[in-house]
Amino acid sequence: MIDMSPNVVLVVVVGVLVACGVYLLLERSLTRVLVGTVLLGNAVNLLVLVAGGAAGRPPITGLRPEGVTSDPLPQAMVLTAIVITLALTAFLLAMAYRSWQLHRHDEVQDDVEDRRIARLAAIDERAFTDTDTEAGGRTLAEEAAETHDETERGQP
Amino acid sequence: MLLAVHLAAALVAPALVGRLGRRAFALLSLVPAAGAAWALAQTARVRAGDGPVELVAWVPSLHLELAFRLDTLSWLMTVVVGGVGALVLVYCSGYFTSSASGLGRFAGVFLAFAGSMLGLVTADDLLLVFVFWELTTVTSYLLIGHYADRKASRRAAMQAIVITTAGGLAMLVGLVILGEQAGTYRLSEVVADPPPAGPGLTAAIACLLLGAVTKSALVPVHFWLPAAMAAPTPVSAYLHAAAMVKAGVYLVARFAPAFASDPLWRWTVGVLGSGALLLGGWRALRQHDLKLVLAFGTVSQLGLLVLLVGLGTQATALAGVALLGAHAMFKASLFLVTGAVDAATGTRDLRRLSGVGRRLPWTALAGGLATASMIGLPPFAGYVAKEAGLEALLHLGQGWAGPVLLVVVAAGSALTVAYGLRFWWGAFATKPVVAEGTPAGDPPAGRATGAAPADVSTPSLTLLWPALVLAVLGLAAALLPSLGEDLLAPYAATLPAGEPGHLVLWAGLTPALGVTALVLATGVALFWWRGPFEVLQRRVSRGPDADAVYRRSMRRLDDLAADVTALTQRGSLPVYLGLVLLVFVGGTGTALVAGTSLPERVRPWDTPAQLAFGAAAVVAAVLVVRARRRLKAVVLLGVSGYAVAGLFLLHGAPDLALTQVLVETVTLVVFVLVLRRLPPYFSDRPLVATRWVRLLIGVATGLVVAGVALVAPSARVHAPVSEPFAEEAYEFGGGKNVVNVTLVDIRAWDTVGEISVLLVAATGVASLVFLRRRSGQIFRADEAPADRAVWGGAPDPMAALRRSDARPAQAPGAPARPEWLRAVRTLAPQRRSVIFEVVVRLLFHTMVLYALFLLFSGHNAPGGGFAAGLVVGTALVVRYLAGGRYELGEAAPVQPGALLGLGLFLSAGVGLGAMAAGGTVLQSWILETRLPLLGDVKLVTSLLFDVGVFLVVVGLVLDVLRSLGAELDRRAESGEDEVGDGSSAVGAIGSFPGAAADDGDDDTSPRGSTEGTGTPDPDVDARRHAGSHAQVARPDRGEPVASGEEVRP
Repeated sequence: MIDMSPNVVLVVVVGVLVACGVYLLLERSLTRVLVGTVLLGNAVNLLVLVAGGAAGRPPITGLRPEGVTSDPLPQAMVLTAIVITLALTAFLLAMAYRSWQLHRHDEVQDDVEDRRIARLAAIDERAFTDTDTEAGGRTLAEEAAETHDETERGQP
Repeated sequence: MLLAVHLAAALVAPALVGRLGRRAFALLSLVPAAGAAWALAQTARVRAGDGPVELVAWVPSLHLELAFRLDTLSWLMTVVVGGVGALVLVYCSGYFTSSASGLGRFAGVFLAFAGSMLGLVTADDLLLVFVFWELTTVTSYLLIGHYADRKASRRAAMQAIVITTAGGLAMLVGLVILGEQAGTYRLSEVVADPPPAGPGLTAAIACLLLGAVTKSALVPVHFWLPAAMAAPTPVSAYLHAAAMVKAGVYLVARFAPAFASDPLWRWTVGVLGSGALLLGGWRALRQHDLKLVLAFGTVSQLGLLVLLVGLGTQATALAGVALLGAHAMFKASLFLVTGAVDAATGTRDLRRLSGVGRRLPWTALAGGLATASMIGLPPFAGYVAKEAGLEALLHLGQGWAGPVLLVVVAAGSALTVAYGLRFWWGAFATKPVVAEGTPAGDPPAGRATGAAPADVSTPSLTLLWPALVLAVLGLAAALLPSLGEDLLAPYAATLPAGEPGHLVLWAGLTPALGVTALVLATGVALFWWRGPFEVLQRRVSRGPDADAVYRRSMRRLDDLAADVTALTQRGSLPVYLGLVLLVFVGGTGTALVAGTSLPERVRPWDTPAQLAFGAAAVVAAVLVVRARRRLKAVVLLGVSGYAVAGLFLLHGAPDLALTQVLVETVTLVVFVLVLRRLPPYFSDRPLVATRWVRLLIGVATGLVVAGVALVAPSARVHAPVSEPFAEEAYEFGGGKNVVNVTLVDIRAWDTVGEISVLLVAATGVASLVFLRRRSGQIFRADEAPADRAVWGGAPDPMAALRRSDARPAQAPGAPARPEWLRAVRTLAPQRRSVIFEVVVRLLFHTMVLYALFLLFSGHNAPGGGFAAGLVVGTALVVRYLAGGRYELGEAAPVQPGALLGLGLFLSAGVGLGAMAAGGTVLQSWILETRLPLLGDVKLVTSLLFDVGVFLVVVGLVLDVLRSLGAELDRRAESGEDEVGDGSSAVGAIGSFPGAAADDGDDDTSPRGSTEGTGTPDPDVDARRHAGSHAQVARPDRGEPVASGEEVRP
């Protein structure tokens, strides 16, 4: 049975890595965001391992000397997570490069459309037209008078 | 079955109309006609109370069944829906011009609506009722918005769907409450045995009525129905007279036997029904458009119908359903007549119509018959039904409610008489155009056109006979009132209260007859003095216009949405992430503090070495945060990552450590490849204040996660699922390395998903760089241009020191000296390093061999597809670093997309193969043979799966190298990217990527290590880790593992 009491060193490492990762994540430079993501990823991988219990022998059958092995399930989860982090890093770096190609920097800018909506809402202007809500205008009778189906006029 | 026919017909309708033109409508009309015919054929069984029942389980977990049942009420509705639907479709075939737009779509939606309606009235499952209810809403939306290019049409459709969907959702809530309270979702059982009264039931009733009120356009949401007249007239005839708006009436009638005694039900039905009855009639008298007259008339009649069927005595119910049938006949007929008049004259404005009756006598006759039925003249169906209704109200005997309702109904009927006469007179009578009914202030449509009556042409016969059939049926039904009573009485008998009513043509001189006479007289008087009456109407304050209220509230809703959007969508990524993290800290932190306690005992460490690696990881991470140079941050990140790999190893996870080391290495290289292009320093920090905020959020999140890490291990209450993994892995997966078997066998589905993510990411990287292509060309050494050297962009400070014969191009006669690597000649001379070339030459094949070893031994020892793929990836990285992009092309002359695709195909294909062989998906098969030469050979099919993983990982690394490495090199050399101000450190472009890892804050020029030997080459570093780890992992074998260390010169 795996010892399920927490390991203080690993807990501290997880905490510090998360704090550093979050601090960088809140930056505007995409490179820093990415570095923060990698730090966070490492921290969470460790967290998953810690949650799986104490250290032990590698989970390989038939290994000597025998003893309590570490939990293999978190390891399988973390292994794929590590490789996916690599893919994510590559992708975000490609985005950083693209951002540099277009803007000559890799800063994450504010969304212009969101700002526009916020500005218009602040002065109670409409951001779009919605015919369903226009007050007044034409009456039902006026509209009905203009509405005709595509019918065949009979023979006079 | 019939529903399926409707559905199929709806699907083929567009094609049919496309081929046959408008004649297809006549053919399609057979479908609803079949529905009506089927119902008529079942008449005898329905009367005997033994209607057909059909039951198919659909979603048992939701109690959702395809339950259908035909009882008296359903029978009536089916006949109406099918019969009127068929006639209207026939009418359509003559109504639209053959060139009218969107006829195919119209026919399809129309039939889909007919099918939904049929399903709605026969469904015997509460949820199924809702499904069909919403289907009618959607199809009706499409039909109202048929002329999608007209603003009025679109607005009317939107209004209708907003209102009816709101009601429909409320109804769903009511149905679910009802089903849960009753313990069954079978409609017939709920009605037969209603749940006991209580707050739940009251809520359910309120929600149900909300649905009915919106669908049947009662006050205060009646306004959508007149607006919906923007639909083509046949749609108005079918949906807004005969079928859809009756759905609300149907719902009320369906539940009346169970809930009519509830006070909320009675008040709602009474007040809203009366309101609609009076308001609709009142407004109808002011309209000049024939369709609007009828539309408001329909609102009025629907009010009366809901009132009658909802009151809950047997007599009123009988009158109600009789009126329901009668109304379907006369109102549909009137709409069809209106359409004919419209088609003949080109207008529906009753001020411009004159003498139409003389030109179209038969149409006028049909209209006359239908009008007579509507206003309740004997001997028509409307009269019979209304008479029964008055009789029932006279004997209602519920205190003052009976007399009040009687007065209301009488008044409403008088208004009906008035607007009925107004309709017929307006449509057919010979009168001076711009009649006296146009007081000043109204838009004088007639006057504007010179006050000439509209021309009348003779429409085709197809526009006449459906209307005439319906009108004559109204007369015929009335002549046999006892038949109607026989057919409909079984429904009325299901109501618990009151005496049974009767349908008779002549009941003698009863008080009801007196009321009818009074009503007729008043109505005629109202019509006669219509001029003064209109003036009176104008003077009476109208009060708030429901339509305007609707629009204002929609406007408010939009404003609210904009405000909420402005509040929450600040458009700033840090703010979003900060909010998410704060919610995480708040939520998880609260749960931590409130719901957990500290573990009873903690261990400081498993082994003291953890302290060293942990300290390294922490210190490096803090330094990363403080770093101002990009490169410094990235290198420190790598240090932190390697330290974490050490922690993995100490934890007993050699696979993880191996993978982590390799990934950190490749990550570092990828970072450096891109950082060549980015400015060397991070831009100026934002304000100090926000820095503190970020620090605060970071520390808080770190504390919470640490808290989670502290309590998570001891929170476990069950045995780990992984406990039997070791045995399972060996028995079923045929491997000793539990982690690897878990990946390729036990949790293979997850792995398939994960390598798919890799594939997507790799494709994304390539797409972001190549933009218009999946990937670029493969650079081969013999295609390299002679005039331009790779990485030759920067000046060569040591060119003078170089021996001239180092350039083979300058010694054309001599036989070329063989090089260590094939494509190094493409490099600029100052970028070459012979030592590095030799090392790479020796290393590359060893690494690939080692990767294969990892791949094949991974099932039993640390390794596997992920690690093997990363080792090959690292080998490719080394080749690229030593020899440039042409060397990469020589090392891996394949497109990465092919590798990725093949890998995923192999992995997933293994799963399918196992399925084809009779096992479950991704099941492993163990092939064990004993070959004398090789010893025991044990081949597990999941090895193929691992090969797939391997290929995907190799493809990923290759994709990254080719796009972020080779393609960026090419662009830098051809100057494609150089449009900026040069702030991107032009000197760094084309610099040797590996050498740049030699970081120092004072070292602003990466060219400082031009003759880059790649000394701190992370790859060699990686080999060292991997090698030492392999020895740790395999102490019992002691076999030398091929790794970088042994073969280094």
